[in-house]
Amino acid sequence: MMMIFGIPAPLLFGQLLLGLINGAFYALLSLGLAIIFGMLNIVNFAHGALFMLGAFVAWGLLEYSGIGYWWALLIAPLIVGAFGVVLERLFISKLYKLDHLYGLLLTFGLALILEGLVRNFYGSSGLPYRIPRELQGAQDLGFMMMPNYRGWVVVAALVVCVATWLIIEKTSIGAKLRAATETAPLVQSFGINVPRMITLTYGAGVALAAFAGVLAAPIYSVNPNMGSNFIIVVFAVVVIGGMGSILGSIVTGFGLGVVEGLTRVFYPEGSATVIFVVMVIVLLARPAGLFGRAH
Amino acid sequence: MGISRRALLATAATAATALPVIRARAQTQKLKIGVLTDISGLYQDIVGPLAIEAVRLAVADSGLAARGIDVEVVAADHQNKADIGSNIARQWYDRDGVDMITEGGSSAVALAVAGVSRDKNKAYLATGPATSDLTGPACNAATIHWVYDTYMLAKSTGGAMVRAGGNTWYFITADYAFGHALARDTGTFVEQAGGKVLGGVRTPFPGTSDFSSFLLQAQASGAKVIGLANAGTDATNCIKQAREFGIKATLAGMLVVIADIHSLGLDVSQGLVLTESFYWDLNPRTRAFAERLRVRYPSRRPTMQQAGPYSATMHYLKGVADMGVARAKADGAATIAHLKSMPTDDDAFGTGLIRPDGRKIHPSYLFQVKKPSESKGAWDYYNLMGTTPAEEAFRPVALGNCPLVKV
Repeated sequence: MMMIFGIPAPLLFGQLLLGLINGAFYALLSLGLAIIFGMLNIVNFAHGALFMLGAFVAWGLLEYSGIGYWWALLIAPLIVGAFGVVLERLFISKLYKLDHLYGLLLTFGLALILEGLVRNFYGSSGLPYRIPRELQGAQDLGFMMMPNYRGWVVVAALVVCVATWLIIEKTSIGAKLRAATETAPLVQSFGINVPRMITLTYGAGVALAAFAGVLAAPIYSVNPNMGSNFIIVVFAVVVIGGMGSILGSIVTGFGLGVVEGLTRVFYPEGSATVIFVVMVIVLLARPAGLFGRAH
Repeated sequence: MGISRRALLATAATAATALPVIRARAQTQKLKIGVLTDISGLYQDIVGPLAIEAVRLAVADSGLAARGIDVEVVAADHQNKADIGSNIARQWYDRDGVDMITEGGSSAVALAVAGVSRDKNKAYLATGPATSDLTGPACNAATIHWVYDTYMLAKSTGGAMVRAGGNTWYFITADYAFGHALARDTGTFVEQAGGKVLGGVRTPFPGTSDFSSFLLQAQASGAKVIGLANAGTDATNCIKQAREFGIKATLAGMLVVIADIHSLGLDVSQGLVLTESFYWDLNPRTRAFAERLRVRYPSRRPTMQQAGPYSATMHYLKGVADMGVARAKADGAATIAHLKSMPTDDDAFGTGLIRPDGRKIHPSYLFQVKKPSESKGAWDYYNLMGTTPAEEAFRPVALGNCPLVKV
C-alpha cells in the first residue's frame, strides 16, 4: 500500500475529501456571516441558532405537512429568512449607529432565546431526519466509500457560494449594495431605498444559514445546540478570511475544512484547536485576514 | 443598596436557626423530597421532567398519604453546574425543609451535592450521575448511588460483547476525564474476557460534530466492535454517521439510553449494542410501572435514569415509614443506614440491595437495538442480549477504596 507521511494513501485521500465536505458547511455559514458583517456591520452571533432553526423547520415541514427534503431546501430558508427580516426590523436596525459590541450582545441574546425555546418544545436529545431516498447509498471511489449525500452537500454548497459571490460582485444589485455600505447617504440620494436593501441583505444572510441547516439535518444530530458547535469555528473562518470578505470566507471555509480533516489523521486531539492556531498565525502575519483590506 | 450586609447576614442566620424549629413543631408528619435535575439543558430528555413525574408517581404508589404522612415534591434545575447544584441543595436543606434529594444530575453536580448532604446530615439518593467515585473515594454516609455507574457500563458492554463474539475493539473516545475512564475500563474488561483492543482515537470535546473521519479510521483498523466512549450528541452523531458511511463493525454505545435511540430512529440505530439497568418492556412489573407513568406523562418512555428516582423514592418512603418520620427528618445518616439495612423491591428494578459503600445493586442488561421490521411501534426498541447478575454487575466493595468500608 502506498504511504504518505506514514499514513496509508487511501486513508489520507479519504480525510482530504471529508475535510472538503466539512469545509462546505464552514463556507456556507461564514459566507452568510461575512455578508451580514460586510453590509450591516453586525457581528451576527445568532447565526448558529438560525442554522439550527433551518434544520428544525425542515423537520417540522416533514413532520407536520409531509413536505420532503427537496422542497424544504427551498422553503426552510425562505421561512427562516423572513424571520430574519422581522428580527432585523424589530431589533437589529436600532443598533447600526452604536458600537459593534451592542450588536454582538443582542444577537447572542437572541441565540440563547431561540435555542431555549426550541429545547423547551422539542427536548434536548434531537429529532430524526433521514437522508432523502434519491441520495441514499454510496459510491466506491477506490480509496473510500463516498456517501452520495456528502457529494451532494459539496456540490450544493459550491453552487450557492459561487452564485452568491457572483450576485454581489458582478450584478448591479450587488454593486448598489456595496456602494451603500461605503456611503449610504450618497446611494440614498440616487433614490435607492438603503434601509430596505440592508433588511433584505440580513434576510439573505440568514437564509444561507438556514440552507446550511437543511443540508446538515440528515447527517448531524438535529438538536437545539447543533449550531453552537459550528458558530465559534465559523467566526474563526471569517476572521482568517478577512472580516466581510465574501471570497475570503468561501475559500477559507473550504481550506480550513481540509486542514481540520488532515489534523484528524495526524493528531486527532488537536483537530478542534487547529483552526484557532491558524487564526493566531494569520492575525499575527496579516491582521486584516487573508483576503481582507486593511482600513 | 438599601440593606446592609450585616443586616442580611443576621436575617439569614435567624431564618436558618429559627425556621426549622417552628416547622418541626407544627408539621411532624410532613416529608419533603427535592428532585434536583436538568430541566433546561443537554440531559433534559434523559432525566428532567419525566424524572420529576416518576418521583410523584412513587409518592402516590407508596400510599403514605392514607397513613397520615404528607409528602411534598419540589424540583429545581441544576443547569449541570456543580456550584448551582450545591447552592440549591444547601438552600433546600437549610431554608425549605427538604429531607431528601434525588436524581442529582451529572457527576460533578452529584459529587458536590453528596458533600452538602453529609455536612447537613440529610439523605441523598443519587440516580442520575455516572461516576463510580460516588461509591469509591468520594463515598459518604449520606449518599446512596442508585441506577448505574461507569464501572457497570464498562463491564456489561465490554465483557458481554466479547462473549457474544465481538473480540476486537476500537474506541472513539471523547477527550475528557469521563471518556478516558470509560475507554480504559472497558478495554480492561475486553482484555479480561479474552478480547483485544486494536486502537482508539480521542476526539475533541466539546465541539466535534463530524465523526466520519474517526469512523473511517476505526474501520481501517479492522475491529469488529467500535466502542463509543462518549455520550449525548457525540454518541448520536457517531451512530448517525456510521450508518451513512455503511460502517460494518458493530457499534457499542457505552452510555446510550432509550431517549437517544428514540431521537435517532431505528433505521439509523438498529444493531447498536448498549447497557441499561432498566427497560420498560422487560417484564410484567416494568410494564405495569411504565403504564402508570405513561398515564401521567404520555409522550415519552422512561430511561434508566428516569426510572431510578421512582425506585429510590419508593425505597426511601418505605424506610421512613418503617423508622418513623420524626427520626428520619432529624438524622439523614441514620436514615441512610436504615435504608441500607432493608432489601429493595419495586416495579422498576425488581429486588436488590444496598451495599455498605452506598452502592445499590441490581442486574444490568445488555440490549441490542431492534431492526425497524422487528419493532411493533414507538419505544419498542430493544432485544435483550444478556444479563449480568447484581453481584457481578458492579465493582466489588473491596476495590472501591470507599472510606466507609474497612477492608
